[in-house]
Amino acid sequence: MLPLHLLAETPDDLLDHHVDRRDFLKICTMAAAAVGLPASAAAQMADTLAHGGRPSVIWLSFQECTGCTESLLRTSHPGLAELILDLISLDYHEALMAPSGHLAEEARRQAMEKHAGKYILVTEGAIPTKDGGIYCKVGGQTAVEMTREAAEKAGAIIAIGSCASWGGIPSADPNPTGATGTPMVLEGKTVVTVPGCPANPYNFLGVALQFATFGTLPELDEKGRPLFAYGRTIHEHCPRRAHFDAGRFAEKFGDEGHRLGWCLYKLGCKGPETYANCSVQHFGEVVDAWPIGLGHPCFGCTEEKLAFRVPLHQTAVIERPTPPDTYPPIHADRGGVSPWATGVGGAVVGALAGAGYMASRKLGEEGSETGPEKDEEARDVDP
Amino acid sequence: MSTPETPGMPESAVGSENVVDRRGFLRGLAAASAVATVGDAVSPAFGQQASGAGTAKPAVRRYPIDEPVGMLYDATKCIGCKTCVVACHEANDLPPDTRRDPRYDAPLDLNDYTKNIIKLYRAEDGETTSFIKAQCMHCVDPACAAACMIGALQKREHGIVTWDPNRCIGCRYCQVACPYNVPKFEWDSATPKIVKCELCNHLLADGGQPACCRVCPTHAVIFGSGEELLAEAKRRIAEHPDRYEPKVYGEHDGGGTQVLYLSKKGIPFEKLGLPALSEEPVPERARTIQHSIYQGAIAPTVLYGLVLAGVWRSRRSGAKDSALEQEDSE
Amino acid sequence: MSHRSREIQPVGGPLWTRPFKILLTLAGLGFVLIVWRFAVGLGPSTGLSDGYPWGLWIAFDVVTGTALACGGYAVAILVYAFNQGRYHALVRPAILTSALGYTLAGLAIAIDVGRPWLIYRVPISVGKYNLNSALLEVALCVMAYVVVLWIELMPAFLEKWKESERHGLRQFAEKTLPVLDKALLFIIALGVLLPTMHQSSLGTVMLLAGPRLHPLWSSALVPLLFLISCIAMGYAVVVMESTLSSRVWGRKRETAMLATLSRAMIVVLSLFFLLRLVDVIWRGQLGLVLRFDVYAWAFLVEMGLTAVAIGMLLRKGRLHNAGYLFQAAMVIVLAGTVYRFSTYLLAFRPGSQWSYFPTVPEILVTVGLVASEVVVYIVLVKRFPILAGRAPVRQPA
Repeated sequence: MLPLHLLAETPDDLLDHHVDRRDFLKICTMAAAAVGLPASAAAQMADTLAHGGRPSVIWLSFQECTGCTESLLRTSHPGLAELILDLISLDYHEALMAPSGHLAEEARRQAMEKHAGKYILVTEGAIPTKDGGIYCKVGGQTAVEMTREAAEKAGAIIAIGSCASWGGIPSADPNPTGATGTPMVLEGKTVVTVPGCPANPYNFLGVALQFATFGTLPELDEKGRPLFAYGRTIHEHCPRRAHFDAGRFAEKFGDEGHRLGWCLYKLGCKGPETYANCSVQHFGEVVDAWPIGLGHPCFGCTEEKLAFRVPLHQTAVIERPTPPDTYPPIHADRGGVSPWATGVGGAVVGALAGAGYMASRKLGEEGSETGPEKDEEARDVDP
Repeated sequence: MSTPETPGMPESAVGSENVVDRRGFLRGLAAASAVATVGDAVSPAFGQQASGAGTAKPAVRRYPIDEPVGMLYDATKCIGCKTCVVACHEANDLPPDTRRDPRYDAPLDLNDYTKNIIKLYRAEDGETTSFIKAQCMHCVDPACAAACMIGALQKREHGIVTWDPNRCIGCRYCQVACPYNVPKFEWDSATPKIVKCELCNHLLADGGQPACCRVCPTHAVIFGSGEELLAEAKRRIAEHPDRYEPKVYGEHDGGGTQVLYLSKKGIPFEKLGLPALSEEPVPERARTIQHSIYQGAIAPTVLYGLVLAGVWRSRRSGAKDSALEQEDSE
Repeated sequence: MSHRSREIQPVGGPLWTRPFKILLTLAGLGFVLIVWRFAVGLGPSTGLSDGYPWGLWIAFDVVTGTALACGGYAVAILVYAFNQGRYHALVRPAILTSALGYTLAGLAIAIDVGRPWLIYRVPISVGKYNLNSALLEVALCVMAYVVVLWIELMPAFLEKWKESERHGLRQFAEKTLPVLDKALLFIIALGVLLPTMHQSSLGTVMLLAGPRLHPLWSSALVPLLFLISCIAMGYAVVVMESTLSSRVWGRKRETAMLATLSRAMIVVLSLFFLLRLVDVIWRGQLGLVLRFDVYAWAFLVEMGLTAVAIGMLLRKGRLHNAGYLFQAAMVIVLAGTVYRFSTYLLAFRPGSQWSYFPTVPEILVTVGLVASEVVVYIVLVKRFPILAGRAPVRQPA
């Protein structure tokens, strides 16, 4: 991992950096393994790259905090240096490139021209759309225009981070700039989105390197998110899931349950509604370096409907409820009897019985039959 | 190689996986059915020939079943993981039952959202425990099918008892009849259905199996032909008499069921919620009474004739009486 | 004059009396709750559950209600089978009560089943019948019997319409009466056959619960016991209905006739008592009575009430008192009701984890249905020639 000051040198200096073949293959192997590409990819990657086929990457930055780039700086498989020097050709990146100003924009246009149809367009940060998109302009161009221009001839488009995927934090209420994600301004184009705040860098690397090596994109969901990383909710692959199933919850920060590492659902964990792989692919390459691992509930940073919208400690909806770690008994007690019903039922029966008895008394009061009535009957009855 | 210490692994292959492929069990059944079709009216309960020494009078099989399939649940292998519960929901498009707690799919029993459930039996000593999987037993002579006046619940292919929504009027007589309390009703719906396990019969084509059997990690519940499952159950008891209760529940109980149960030694089946039933099929008595009264509509016809005669005679004498009255008054 | 006093004619008088308004209100409330039941389903509206799928509406409205509506059947047996023509005056009001009772039982079934839009398939799906099912027999038989009852009641309507000022009605009545008269022979005979079949089948129905039916009620004699019991209840209802309507509308008292009817009741009740007792002893279940649990008490109550009724009826001297006779009839009705409730609800044991009690709406629907039955009874009795007796004080409106 090269120190940062070295990256500030001119592009030519960078080109002098040598890597011997063995190290080069090691880099490719590590890169392939880290992002889940098959073992054969390493050899293929090396082969493609050795023949000067480093794909060009145009990285546009808009309403962003640069956290996703920073996140990428913290990988080591490959490290950023190996990445940008050996695996890809980072032809435009406002934070990392040496040139600036019109020179930088010119370099960008030339690269786009030269690698038309093949370059990878990466966007970081949200794109403001209100008032003609004037709230973010680079070199006199609005973010919207810049994106659309760059997307024209891109071979693949990857939006890294939640901001680029759907608007992220700039799009939080009241969203004064009309911030939105890259797919929303590129109607009809396939945009791979790699949400997260920041995105897990290996998710990005997986997509970029697959495209670089094979020219294909991984399987995506309806939001453009690669399924290998966003196909499951955190809840479905969380190390604390056993605590959830057993009903062991931390109720307050610092209480016994919290110290024991119990489930953070009651503290507002959005894991059940959040599609991401943070629970298996931690951050900074430190084990348990992810929110839940550190004892803070997930806030759903990848999800447009959750992040920066739903209060941190509001409990989530369980999308796929499964049985808990408890069992019903052989004969569970069911039902009870309403006292009201008993009362009404009793009243009805009582009323009927009472009415019947009263009626019989009234009937009886007429006494036994005497007089002309009886005689009449006696005559009328058939012998 | 038999490895009794390995939990959950089948000790002998009932088929290469615990699924008897279609061809396999068809072949096996061809042999069995040759015996079964002889003397159909008083034929032995299916699987009877595998029991060896006949300990009891064979039950009379009412419904000839072609290639009966079933399940065998071995309580000694079940670890209570409930994957079968989740798989059943998914295979049958049932919503999770979150009515008791919105966080979990936690029904207390079979119900309108739950066709399959795992329950836990805990003895008074607190130590002896067993899981039990509850779902439709697919009886050889089902009480529910005998009850259903319009044939909505019927024993269909392979002896699977299924429900037909185009016939059911929702009278719930099947719920009254079933000794295992299996058919459940959608009480909260304006267009209620009867809900019960149908052995995933919509998945059985092309060698499929019920979802619960497919996902069980320990093969505690397996799917196969009725004959082979009964034989397997008996073999397990014979090989490990210290492990099992010496009875295969469902062999003859209530006339026999196509879902068979094995229990841990020392835990009688009643404790697991499987009622003690005689060998007589549950609907036998009511059916016999109904048949003997109405057989061939003879009794009603004779009665009608007698009543007709009585009414005719009465009306004739009544007409005479009123004629006399008329004369009197004139 | 004595002949005119036997004449069957409308009671007449105003409809909108206070009791009528109260009954109509109850009926209206019941029907509103019925609509609600269909909107929300059976779960929220009743106390029914998977453990107790049958409750008040089956046990009372259908099973007890049809037994209470066996007046027409019971009287028809006497008049036509035993050729006791002098009871003829009791026939028509009994048929009316029966027609209304069975119609209401049919309505109760339509409310109780979960998928009533498919009921029409029951009478027409001949090829799909499960002939093993006692409930099939009940369903078809009750449907047919309702039709038979209303046909048997047709003469009451036709006789009035024959005098009608409306030409169409008069013609219809004049044409139909003779046809009906000829067919009535077969209809009446059906009216004796059909209840014999389905009232006994109502007993057989519960036998399918098998081991879940308590042994005190689980007997092969159940169909016979249900049949005998319904005949007794039918007579009792005829007695109650007759004495009440005489008192309320000042009709001729049939007390003498009813007193002699009680001889038949004694026979029927004694038969029930003996058969039930012998059956329990024969099956070796008498020991269960000595447990004095709720089942034993129910059995004792049933038998006790039956014995009390027999005892009351044996006191011939008191039978000419209408009130006494009414009380005896009440006891018979109670005995039969308890027997039916026991068979369908108490003796049915799905497991101690289940319990059932009807909810308030469930009870009110039953009350409403019964009230509507009484309302229709009043309307028909006042406007059509059904009851025999003195000429009315005021001409019918």
